[in-house]
Amino acid sequence: MTTTVTSLVNQPYKYGFVTDIESDVIPRGLSEDVVRLISSKKNEPEFMLEFRLKAYRQWLKMAEPNWAEVGYPAIDYQNIIYYSAPKQKEKLNSLEEVDPTLLETFEKLGISLSEQKRLSNVAVDAIFDSVSVATTFREKLAKDGVIFCSISEAMREYPELVQKYLGSVVPVGDNYFAALNSAVFSDGSFVYIPKGTKCPMELSTYFRINNGDSGQFERTLIVAEAGSSVSYLEGCTAPMFDTNQLHAAVVELVALDDAEIKYSTVQNWYAGDKDGKGGIYNFVTKRGLCQGVNSKISWTQVETGSAITWKYPSCVLVGDNSVGEFYSVALTNNCQQADTGTKMVHIGKNTRSTIISKGISAGRSENSYRGLVKIGPKADGARNYSQCDSMLIGDNAGANTFPYIQVQNHTAKVEHEASTSKIGEDQLFFFAQRGVSSEDAISMMISGFCKDVFNQLPMEFAVEADRLLSLKLEGSVG
Amino acid sequence: MIIDHSNVILSVKNLTANVDETPILKGMNLEVKAGEIHAIMGPNGSGKSTFSKVLAGHPAYQVTGGEVIFQGQDLLALEPEERARSGIFLAFQYPLEIPGVSNLDFLRVAYNSKRKHQGLEEVDAFDFDELIREKLGIVKMDASFLSRSVNEGFSGGEKKRNEILQMALLEPKLAILDETDSGLDIDALRIVAGGVNQLSNPENAIVVITHYQRLLEYIVPDYIHVTANGRIIRTGGKELALELEERGYDWVLEAAATGVAS
Ligand SMILES: Nc1ncnc2c1ncn2[C@@H]1O[C@H](COP(=O)(O)OP(=O)(O)OP(=O)(O)O)[C@@H](O)[C@H]1O
Ligand SMILES: [Mg+2]
Repeated sequence: MTTTVTSLVNQPYKYGFVTDIESDVIPRGLSEDVVRLISSKKNEPEFMLEFRLKAYRQWLKMAEPNWAEVGYPAIDYQNIIYYSAPKQKEKLNSLEEVDPTLLETFEKLGISLSEQKRLSNVAVDAIFDSVSVATTFREKLAKDGVIFCSISEAMREYPELVQKYLGSVVPVGDNYFAALNSAVFSDGSFVYIPKGTKCPMELSTYFRINNGDSGQFERTLIVAEAGSSVSYLEGCTAPMFDTNQLHAAVVELVALDDAEIKYSTVQNWYAGDKDGKGGIYNFVTKRGLCQGVNSKISWTQVETGSAITWKYPSCVLVGDNSVGEFYSVALTNNCQQADTGTKMVHIGKNTRSTIISKGISAGRSENSYRGLVKIGPKADGARNYSQCDSMLIGDNAGANTFPYIQVQNHTAKVEHEASTSKIGEDQLFFFAQRGVSSEDAISMMISGFCKDVFNQLPMEFAVEADRLLSLKLEGSVG
Repeated sequence: MIIDHSNVILSVKNLTANVDETPILKGMNLEVKAGEIHAIMGPNGSGKSTFSKVLAGHPAYQVTGGEVIFQGQDLLALEPEERARSGIFLAFQYPLEIPGVSNLDFLRVAYNSKRKHQGLEEVDAFDFDELIREKLGIVKMDASFLSRSVNEGFSGGEKKRNEILQMALLEPKLAILDETDSGLDIDALRIVAGGVNQLSNPENAIVVITHYQRLLEYIVPDYIHVTANGRIIRTGGKELALELEERGYDWVLEAAATGVAS
């Protein structure tokens, strides 16, 4: 049999180590008391406890969604630890006070929390299990009035901003996982860009799940005031466990008049081993609200990890002339499953959206694009262009495309293109016949396939993403 | 232990090969010496392309017997890319399209993997640009084809020309051209044949697979082989092509079946 393309080897996951650190862990399970406990551990204002309890009560009445093209054994929500924080001094005054073990951990992950080592012009919020352990360049950013801190801190120090915007884009009862997150989220990042300000550096949050039994429920809120702009990056890794960990995040973006938010993700959670044992369940709600006229929100994601990805970064285009963009590369290998895509909801006049989705499936993995383009009755002149390309590597991987289009305005224009290509024996033989190895051939074909998306990433991350994909596919043929 | 005393580049003895469980090649024999041009003709489905792909190491075919010595080396022991780097080139009957990969990048990576194999330094984009422009001249191709994706949207003839461009760049020891003439217009045929002749020298060898005597007017072979049912059933000089053109294959097949030369 012609098995050259189908034999699969899992590339060792180099971020799979566990940090040995003493943690403050609450007992397993979820109840109203646990919600109260989390809130009190974080010294939150009263409105936050109410927010959480409201979410928790709604969650109790909801059912886990089952429409996605993913399959997994039932999650026992009473067997998850909802709060796990490395033990260190409650309030840190400077980076020097961060536990060296944690600094080392992030160093090992290639994330320098030392401001002296200014390799790149990027400020970092580092999140370890349930809490933010450090945020760099805060003072420098503060000079421009930019707030970049953990969401826990924001709840205490900028309660009016948090109260105004938290849950304004993703309501507490939006969906099962968003409700769960709203009830138990422990940390995340908060970004506020004041009027007319162009954020002077890239902001980024790095998520690390360390505890094998805890879930990670982070919450990110980014508000860009009129005429401001920001580019934000998110990276994630986790140790290798042979059990699954739940990651249910919520990200909310708000762009006011003429504001622009660019949100990029390079997701490299542990994907499980080659037989599908272990790995992260990544059930995430990400939504951006283009509230102001001429505002723009752009999602770029490179999804390579997780055992299961369930994620639809969306844009709600309320402001006239506002723009939503979604650029995505989702790679699945071995037994990974991804059901990902976007929603573009056109409400204002002359709103425009672009969807470029590139799905790559290797091994026995399943990769589905699911997207909704909705044009409301008042969205005169709205435009959408969608392009969904699938690439299959070998003979056992699957790809699906589920585009949903709802148009309620006859002046709108919606275009959808889709293609499926394959990296199989013949393509690899063609390269080999010209002296090019399978690894190089795949990496050239994949880079070419993903070019339109990688071009949207900030420079260093484009290179990183390219390398990451090659690494993930190494050994997927031959 | 094989010692290379001769100027034999390729020696194929009793080569048999299957696809899945079906035998396709049923005992191929061929010897090619430096400086020679061979033509392989034969009815559709007689195994010409299979033979070329087996030599190049296509994974869909399993060699079940026989031996292939290439420049004193056991060719069948090498991976496809090693065969290519050591000088085997196959111009495909149906060149593939590779979307997203620019022709220029593809050519440069191919060229550099050969350089690396030879222990030479890789050439940078700048020097390569100069080199490739010179090679474009051999097949009279426009530089605009370099920035397009490999073969994507190329016409049939353009794809074939692109194959010969790759040959010109890689300067193989043994080039196997599988129906490079089919789909070419009259002028293109002349240009491509001219390019091949320009690349032919006393050190290398060329095997052309074709259905048409016409090509052989431009690329004049030293030998013509006729394949049928996975074997070479007859070998002759260049005049054999004219005879085949006139009389078709039946008489050769019959003669082979009865074991009588006519
Ligand atoms: N991968 C394959 N799977 C199944 N059958 C194959 C495969 N490759 C070749 N064959 C069969 O082997 C036989 C020889 O095919 P081949 O392509 O070598 O013929 P050819 O002499 O090049 O013909 P043509 O002149 O039409 O190009 C044919 O019957 C073909 O169907
Ligand atoms: Mg053929």
